[in-house]
Amino acid sequence: MAGKAQKEISGGMGQPQAHDSAKLHVSGEAVYTDDIREPAGCLHACILKSPHAHAKIKSIDVSACAIPGVHAVMTAKDIPGANEVAPVFAGDPVFATDEVFYAGQSVLAVAAESIGIARKAAHLAKIEYEELPAILNVHDAMRSEKYVGDPYVMQQGDSAAGLSGAQHKISGALDIGGQDHFYLEGQIAMATPQENGEMHCWSSTQHPSEVQHLIAKVLGIRDHLVTVDVRRMGGGFGGKESQASLIACVAALLANKTGRPVKLRLDRDDDMIMTGKRHDFNIRYDVGFDDTGLIAGIEFTQASNCGMSADLSNAIADRAMFHADNCYFLENAKVTSYRCFTHKVSNTAFRGFGGPQGMLAMEYVIDDIARKLGKDPLEVRKVNLYDAKGALKNRCTTHYGMTVEDNIIRDIFAEIEKTGDYAARVKQARDFNAKSPVLKKGIALTPVKFGISFTLTMLNQAGALVHVYKDGTVQLNHGGTEMGQGLHTKVCQVVADEFQIDISDVRITATSTGKVPNTSATAASSGSDLNGMAAQAAARTIKQRLVSFAAQHFNCAEIAVSFHGGMVTAGEETMSFAQMVSLAYVNRVSLSSTGFYSTPKIDWDRPKAKGRPFFYFAYGAAISEVIVDTLTGEYNILRTDILHDAGRALNPAIDIGQVEGGFVQGTGWLTSEELWWNEKGELKTHAPSTYKIPTGRDIPKDFRVALFENENSEQTIYRSKAVGEPPLMLGISVFLALRDAVAACGPEGCLPPLQAPATPENVLKAVQAVRKS
Amino acid sequence: MTDKITFLLNGERVTVEGLPPTTTLLQYLRERKRMTGTKEGCAEGDCGACTVAVGSLHGGKTGYKSLNACIALLPTLDGREVITVEHLKSKTGAPNAVQKAMVDCHASQCGFCTPGFVMSLSTLLHNKKQPDGEDVQDAIAGNLCRCTGYRPILDAAHQAAQSEDNAMAVSPDVLKELARGKMFRYETPEGKFFAPVTVEELAGVLAEYPDATMLAGGTDVGLWVTKFHMDLPVIVYTANISALREIKKTDAGLEIGAAASYADAFAALADYDASMETLLRRFASVQIRNAGTVGGNIANGSPIGDGPPPLIVLGARITLRSKSGARELPLEDFFLEYKKQDRQPGEFLEKIFVPEKPQTVLFKTYKLSKRFDQDISAVCAAYALDVQGGKIVAARIAHGGMAGTPQRASETEAFLQGRDWNEETVRGAQALLEKDYRPMTDMRASAQYRMDAAKGLLYRFFLETTAPEAQTQVYGYGG
Ligand SMILES: Cc1cc2nc3c(=O)[nH]c(=O)nc-3n(C[C@H](O)[C@H](O)[C@H](O)COP(=O)(O)OP(=O)(O)OC[C@H]3O[C@@H](n4cnc5c(N)ncnc54)[C@H](O)[C@@H]3O)c2cc1C
Ligand code: FES
Ligand code: FES
Repeated sequence: MAGKAQKEISGGMGQPQAHDSAKLHVSGEAVYTDDIREPAGCLHACILKSPHAHAKIKSIDVSACAIPGVHAVMTAKDIPGANEVAPVFAGDPVFATDEVFYAGQSVLAVAAESIGIARKAAHLAKIEYEELPAILNVHDAMRSEKYVGDPYVMQQGDSAAGLSGAQHKISGALDIGGQDHFYLEGQIAMATPQENGEMHCWSSTQHPSEVQHLIAKVLGIRDHLVTVDVRRMGGGFGGKESQASLIACVAALLANKTGRPVKLRLDRDDDMIMTGKRHDFNIRYDVGFDDTGLIAGIEFTQASNCGMSADLSNAIADRAMFHADNCYFLENAKVTSYRCFTHKVSNTAFRGFGGPQGMLAMEYVIDDIARKLGKDPLEVRKVNLYDAKGALKNRCTTHYGMTVEDNIIRDIFAEIEKTGDYAARVKQARDFNAKSPVLKKGIALTPVKFGISFTLTMLNQAGALVHVYKDGTVQLNHGGTEMGQGLHTKVCQVVADEFQIDISDVRITATSTGKVPNTSATAASSGSDLNGMAAQAAARTIKQRLVSFAAQHFNCAEIAVSFHGGMVTAGEETMSFAQMVSLAYVNRVSLSSTGFYSTPKIDWDRPKAKGRPFFYFAYGAAISEVIVDTLTGEYNILRTDILHDAGRALNPAIDIGQVEGGFVQGTGWLTSEELWWNEKGELKTHAPSTYKIPTGRDIPKDFRVALFENENSEQTIYRSKAVGEPPLMLGISVFLALRDAVAACGPEGCLPPLQAPATPENVLKAVQAVRKS
Repeated sequence: MTDKITFLLNGERVTVEGLPPTTTLLQYLRERKRMTGTKEGCAEGDCGACTVAVGSLHGGKTGYKSLNACIALLPTLDGREVITVEHLKSKTGAPNAVQKAMVDCHASQCGFCTPGFVMSLSTLLHNKKQPDGEDVQDAIAGNLCRCTGYRPILDAAHQAAQSEDNAMAVSPDVLKELARGKMFRYETPEGKFFAPVTVEELAGVLAEYPDATMLAGGTDVGLWVTKFHMDLPVIVYTANISALREIKKTDAGLEIGAAASYADAFAALADYDASMETLLRRFASVQIRNAGTVGGNIANGSPIGDGPPPLIVLGARITLRSKSGARELPLEDFFLEYKKQDRQPGEFLEKIFVPEKPQTVLFKTYKLSKRFDQDISAVCAAYALDVQGGKIVAARIAHGGMAGTPQRASETEAFLQGRDWNEETVRGAQALLEKDYRPMTDMRASAQYRMDAAKGLLYRFFLETTAPEAQTQVYGYGG
């Protein structure tokens, strides 16, 4: 730097850089898949859904579908390749063959000149069904032992002994509802046949590589003939991890058959009926504890509703088990998981990936213990926490054998208790309740500890591609996809920082299987951890070439070459980055590189159910205060305080956005978002008119969000932490605050049987139950 | 001969012919004009991603309101001005105050909802320079965002409100030139669309086409097109008839034209009681209230409409008219059974008359749903008790969501008649609701909850009318 006053670059790491598309979002110029100008002759597709949850298909007659404007009708037998779009284990056909397994399953598809014609034509198909009995909930599935994967157990110590020797015992159960992703942009793809048997597809997917692979598979061609691009999604949340494949494959199949571009956009009803959701769970628990609330033994039985196929359910159910402890050391614990088959849509990834359900049950148990003992739940929480980072003793091993080395929740508690004025507000709520017969207040402080990494170790890898152009600008690609989480912005910040150029000189283009191959889904909160590192590696490779070249060219030591504030210094010489680059070009230095990253340290032995599935944990805590109308069950969130751990934030503005958005989404899951099926297994909440995600008025009246200042103890990009999923589980504080308010209607020590979601109806039911007890 | 649909789109005059009358504005914008800033998130008026501003001329004045383009049928825009997100930037390309604030506050993540929010807020600020917190919440109650958690959007709204100039570039004078002053007729092979401007014309068209679909705000009918994919061969649009949009206040009461929007009727109706204001605030969203009419809410015969219960207990009477004359009947008599109303072919709803509420009548109405904003009622309750000297001399109670039609609680009413309005009476009345109603279970609520909640609401009514100091509602709690 040689003492020269140099400017700082704009948009480096740690800066609250605006989303790279923010200006396009507000002007309406951001292009989503449906906004791409269709190639001439583009056809529109419609999928015909099964009306039955379970039935034999006796015959399919599509002769009536051939109305004017129709170009193709496809059923299972017209598929040139495999009739399969499953991500891992087989079982997700493109089109049903001789049996349908859920109401909404795809049976056939039509491509026509307009969506109206396609829809009309699809419904002209004559399909004879013979209805069969259907399993529609986990209880029936458990009774008939129908699973999509083998039951699985994680344990440590001796839970039976722990339970039998305990001073106190509680057994209980909790129903936890599912959740629709309700990304604002529905599932969509547009496929265009290319020369020589190639296929191009724009897909709104979190997993372009898988879409590429599955298109090849259904077409019966090799992967190198298919290119999948995605610039941005209008929200994903896990719903476009595996479930975008069907849409893209149907579009590609029809494009292949007609030789014309085909767009398939599900309308909202089809989207919600046809695609999977967050798993609903029933979790039973037995817990034994002493007078202080310390857990002596605990057993959980988790039954998850996977729907009609495995999809990603086994990994999701595993994660529910991994998070059964949340922040608490469970010396004697056994977690048993059943992956139930039902005749419903195959449930799938959703922000938190099973973690939220496992964690909610644990927090519910803590709440039970505290109520039974007449203690503040926070006290019971503290008694059971894992040892703190830097002070590990003998309470630091999870029930799957991983040492929790980085536990900072005690520090987070200490801070939020103070800033959130917890004790005083608990007292105020109690005083209020004593005087208020109709309205009751409730308050809860809940923590989150969330494991970061794909638990399938193989997936923890990423690639990036960086090009530096002669004018000093950079184009960047990586395997991650942008769904609103700000990943592209963060990765641009990494590269800008690395080259020390303004972020405006770095441009990310659409994610493409043609640029970075064999990518993992953008999921598991790992987007910036993985892709940030890969992009950094690519940039460093180029930078190193520049350093070597400059050292040689200017005859100085490599160490004397530095990049700062848009300038490059080499010994005595200082020039702009662009000048340096152009000089390197003239001297035939390669200005393009790939980068690769694979997460270190992780090691998970699934058969033994022991190991280190996670690179690190992210933490957070929230205090929520609610008010409940005990005549109707309606409620309001009065205030929420959040303190969340994003490590050393790569972009504090984006991270705060993830925290707030995640919290509100988690709150929606546990409050107003109720999925309702009728007795025939038809989803009746398949549009925003009936499925109620939070609106602006549902967020806490007083909403205070802060990031907990610290650094990741592991070597992640900029020492940041993943922030996509963990904050969702802060919504548990609202659910338990509601339970606290309900408890105020019953006798001391009552355990309100509040089920999730806590709709006004469920709240009123719980109020009535504690009043009777 | 068909007229051409003529309207202003972002300051430019456009004419349309040949597109089916059921083409939505959203389809037109995205598919024909390739203006893709306006998004489709649901096609049923519930998400706000398609929000546009629409200017209309009424009684010589032009007003700009936010609407859902997804359910607005294109011919209804004839003579109006449509402003989309593409029109907000200044001539030099600078974003407007809302757009700038949304960027500054990090109020977009995936961005798919963003143009809709920008339009809702830009329309709010065009109309109201200094909105308060509730105004902002109302303005975006019909806009869903799945990413941000709303806080930054609310911040952006307040930041933008500080700006000096928040007017959208509009062309009210050109709009005046577009006014036809006579019936608009639009026809394609797919269907006919008539927009009469007088009550007589309306009666005439309906006499000619007794099976025509009447269209007012289209917040129900629009969904028949976009969700149920129905063909509507003949549509008769009522909202251009200024006589049907009038709201008149007299000593006797309030007269609301059948085609008056909820937004226009809001203030007059809210006068009956503060609880009515809350009900109206919970009625759909600003976009829907800007379009949806009081008449449409009655004429659709829905068992879960929020208008009928309070109007019934207030003693509302409706006027039905056809070419052969008019008749008046009490509102509750209009609802015969589920999906069946006392309306003859060729007849239309002309107006609703709500009598002045006598001093001694205790009136309140409540809505219950899973979510505060933009949700259909699980139960909507309304009560009008004439209590004189502590005794109930007359009782009217009606509920939505408790039966196949909006229905009065006759057993309960009979029980109340003549009793003292006290705890014992209200307990007895709660029990009798079980005789009056057999509600059903569906995705909005179970039968049990509807019944329990109806009892709870009756008790709330008792508390609020006898112990006004009692805190009974979570909405607005804590200011
Ligand atoms: C997102 C959304 C939210 C909603 N929320 C609510 C809510 O909270 N509460 C509620 O009650 N409703 C709600 N609705 C339903 C609807 O908005 C209301 O019922 C509205 O008042 C209907 O009025 P409209 O003018 O839009 O009716 P239209 O759709 O134009 O017509 C409705 C029916 O009335 C008939 N009709 C219209 N005018 C006349 C007339 N003059 N004479 C005879 N028949 C006529 C039509 O033929 C049709 O059958 C909601 C709708 C949507 C889309
Ligand atoms: S698209 Fe959802 S309101 Fe119009
Ligand atoms: S920013 Fe994604 S829905 Fe609002």
